[in-house]
Amino acid sequence: MNQALPKLTVKDYASDQEVRWCPGCGDYAILKTIQKLMPTFEQPKENQVFISGIGCSSRFPYYMNTFGFHTIHGRAPAIATGVKLANPELDVWVITGDGDGFSIGGNHMLHVLRRNVDLQILLFNNEIYGLTKGQYSPTSQTGTRSPSSPTGSIDLPLSPCEVALGSGGTFIARTIDTEAKHLSAVVTRGHDHRGASFIEILQNCPIYNDGIFDQVKDKKIAADFKVELVHGEPVVFGKEREQGISLNHDTLKLELVDATSDDVLIHDETNKILATMLATMKGPDFPVAVGVIYREDKSSYVDDSQQQLISVRAAKGSMQELLHSGHTWHVE
Amino acid sequence: MELAEENLDEHHLDEKEVVDVVVRFAGDSGDGMQLTGTNFTEATALYGNDLSTFPDFPAEIRAPIGATFGVSAFQIYFGAEDVTTAGDALDVLVAMNPAALTTNVGNLVEGGLLIVDSGAFTAKNLSKAKYQVNPLEDGSLEKFRVLEIDITKQVLAAVAEFNLGHKTGVRSKNMWTLGLVLWLFDRDRAGTIERLKTKFASKPEIASANIAALNAGHAYGETAELPAGIHVYKVPKAKVAPGTYRNMTGTNALAWGLIAGSELANIDLLFASYPITPASNLLHELVRHREFNINTFQAEDEIAAVCAAIGASFAGSLGVTSSAGPGIALKAEGIALACATELPLVVVNTQRGGPSTGLPTKTEQSDLNMALYGRHGDTPMPVIASSSPVDCFDVAIEAVRLATKYMTPVMLLSDGYLANAAEPWKIPDMSEFEPFPVEHYTKAEDFKPSIRNSETLARVWPKPGTAGLEHRIGGIERSFDTGDISYDPANHQKMTDLRQAKIASIANDIPLQEVCLGNDSGKLAVVGWGSTFGAIHQAVKRARAEGLDASHIHVRYLSPLPRNLGELLKRFDSILVPEMNTGQFVNLIRSEYLIDAQALNKVAGQPFKIGEILAAIHANLADTGGKS
Repeated sequence: MNQALPKLTVKDYASDQEVRWCPGCGDYAILKTIQKLMPTFEQPKENQVFISGIGCSSRFPYYMNTFGFHTIHGRAPAIATGVKLANPELDVWVITGDGDGFSIGGNHMLHVLRRNVDLQILLFNNEIYGLTKGQYSPTSQTGTRSPSSPTGSIDLPLSPCEVALGSGGTFIARTIDTEAKHLSAVVTRGHDHRGASFIEILQNCPIYNDGIFDQVKDKKIAADFKVELVHGEPVVFGKEREQGISLNHDTLKLELVDATSDDVLIHDETNKILATMLATMKGPDFPVAVGVIYREDKSSYVDDSQQQLISVRAAKGSMQELLHSGHTWHVE
Repeated sequence: MELAEENLDEHHLDEKEVVDVVVRFAGDSGDGMQLTGTNFTEATALYGNDLSTFPDFPAEIRAPIGATFGVSAFQIYFGAEDVTTAGDALDVLVAMNPAALTTNVGNLVEGGLLIVDSGAFTAKNLSKAKYQVNPLEDGSLEKFRVLEIDITKQVLAAVAEFNLGHKTGVRSKNMWTLGLVLWLFDRDRAGTIERLKTKFASKPEIASANIAALNAGHAYGETAELPAGIHVYKVPKAKVAPGTYRNMTGTNALAWGLIAGSELANIDLLFASYPITPASNLLHELVRHREFNINTFQAEDEIAAVCAAIGASFAGSLGVTSSAGPGIALKAEGIALACATELPLVVVNTQRGGPSTGLPTKTEQSDLNMALYGRHGDTPMPVIASSSPVDCFDVAIEAVRLATKYMTPVMLLSDGYLANAAEPWKIPDMSEFEPFPVEHYTKAEDFKPSIRNSETLARVWPKPGTAGLEHRIGGIERSFDTGDISYDPANHQKMTDLRQAKIASIANDIPLQEVCLGNDSGKLAVVGWGSTFGAIHQAVKRARAEGLDASHIHVRYLSPLPRNLGELLKRFDSILVPEMNTGQFVNLIRSEYLIDAQALNKVAGQPFKIGEILAAIHANLADTGGKS
């Protein structure tokens, strides 16, 4: 099929709709990167489907010149599951945010990950509700001042990657809105993964939560506040890559060590225990981990459903036979 | 109108031949009464009687033994004439313990036959049923023909040779009882024996013990000295149209109707649902038939179920979801999305007693208002209801037709009674159904997702995977012209009007309302919808036999209503609307047609009795004389 495909470019993926995010929104950068990335998959464009819930991020499908469905709040994973079950050939993308994916839609996120439905989930995490004008979200830091928490929020935030791991997710990654190269690389790996790929994108909201990710985004200081995970490579960071992360075998906790230490962890993206520790690292004591945190091969729900269908459809159903199956009697 | 009941004068257990009989098997929820009932039903169908059944079981799976709230019952009405309800009063009651007796004996007619397992009338069981004195000994049952048998003892003797032990042995009590009742009505045991062999294929000794118990019960009837007035009753065969028949429950008819609908539409179907009583059996039945182009999805909740169904429809399959009242409430936002995006969707509501958890295993028609109005925004959708177990087949096909032809969600109303009740079904010939194949839009030239059929007003159905048709839809209001997001005030008015007009136009694509019994004008029309059909039909039939001027009108299409309904109703002096709710359809008729229709309401978790509707007909016609 591929040889017949026309060569697509970024332009082919931009829809004719005017983009309506606020100036400076991190969503612009993500949109541009994804539009550039899509042609590299060399897939028929008509097979690519973007499905979203409600919120700023969920406007994303309108701007992609693919099939798209802007649905209802929190339910994109459930709708995407139905799409994929109806047509497993489709390349399905779920676009969601921290409120959409982990507040109103938390249940569906849990189950789409648990079932390992073969699709990509891009979670735009800006730690705030943007479209409803700035209330705190389930990922907002405690103490966030917002219209609904003028004296500071008292909710304890969740870590999306940690929850995704706990839900049985088989591909868990984190990246940053403006880091086009890293974002592309992580999303490409997620796309290659058979099963549900969960990708948290740290995304700046310049209006309601500006600068919360500056430490990991500001080129001058970011090296000291984030660690890029690469499978099989030492977990080191810092401007001079002088610091490392190791596992203290007595306390079973991570700790910072000198990058030259023999104890520096080698990232193993198939180790779920370490992945959970790395996913939950945060400041001020630890850097934030980005990259592919965890990956495992497991059967996907849609594949297994198809397998069952192939087996039960070895003999096609006949309505007339069904109607006459079991006990019947004849009246003359 | 006040709900009153008249006794129907039609019980003749004195005669050797009777026209019709109502039998109720009642016991503990673990006593196997449902299995007894279904086997008796099969034998009765084979014998050639018309019949209708009503399983009536508690919400508790295994209530404490002997408790009144744990009584599980199975009622069957069979006879020589057409039978459309499970019957009013009982001619025969089988009570396997004191709890089953106390909860059901009030419905047994004077002179009726009472079969009791005296072995279960222990002090402990009597106390659980709140009997101070053993009713078998205090003369309180004198007005009935009582057949007291220590069934436990009889069964243990019958299965002794299989060395199963007491606990396993007594579990065949239901088969012993079935054997006796099969004898009582001259029914064949062969079918039950075959089913027992199949059911216990891997445990042949259990199969043999059950068959031995069945035969022993039958032999008991033949050989024991029974009290005077208890003998074999002959119920003449019903005159039924020639053809091949099967027994069918409403749930299975609905499931098979969905399969047939998907075949006629030539489309894949995804059935997505979340378990809830009494709707779950639909999922159980459909998952067994994925050899057709259907797939099933047990979602994580009701919302996910409707959403997965909508996703399937977006992808070009037909999404179907199902639930009972509380679950349908959760689906409301999703249904409105299907309406806004104009995607086909079938929503099955197997109604149960409400509000909230209400009476999960009991029947009611109280979700009509929710079906008609229970969504945010101006969100019209077709609503249709099935009238009998086998009618669920046709109604399911019709729901698929309307959803795919008009690109709209369709609400199909069934209820707990229809779901579980069974009746004989003359198996239809599929070649007699007109196919309505779906055509997905494929033309890339000048494509817009807003293109619609000028006649049906239905939007085109382009499915992902079709080159050149890439487009976006969503819950935000869409431009009539382009399908893109539009906040334009005039456009919203236009789209709202369009959604209304599209659903309203379906009135031109459904049959005109007919009178199903009686004249098309006159003194009284009894107007019903849904599962009240059977009871209304029998009541009107009896009223007409008395010479009363009453007609029966049964409405399948509740939205939009048949376009002649108002004019038809206005030809009657009086309209009576029996409903298992507080008056939802009667209010619709009153507001729609400005007719002073009278309500007859019953919200007891049980279907109407024929006598209740007949009493209302009599009361209604009393003032006017009523004779035609």
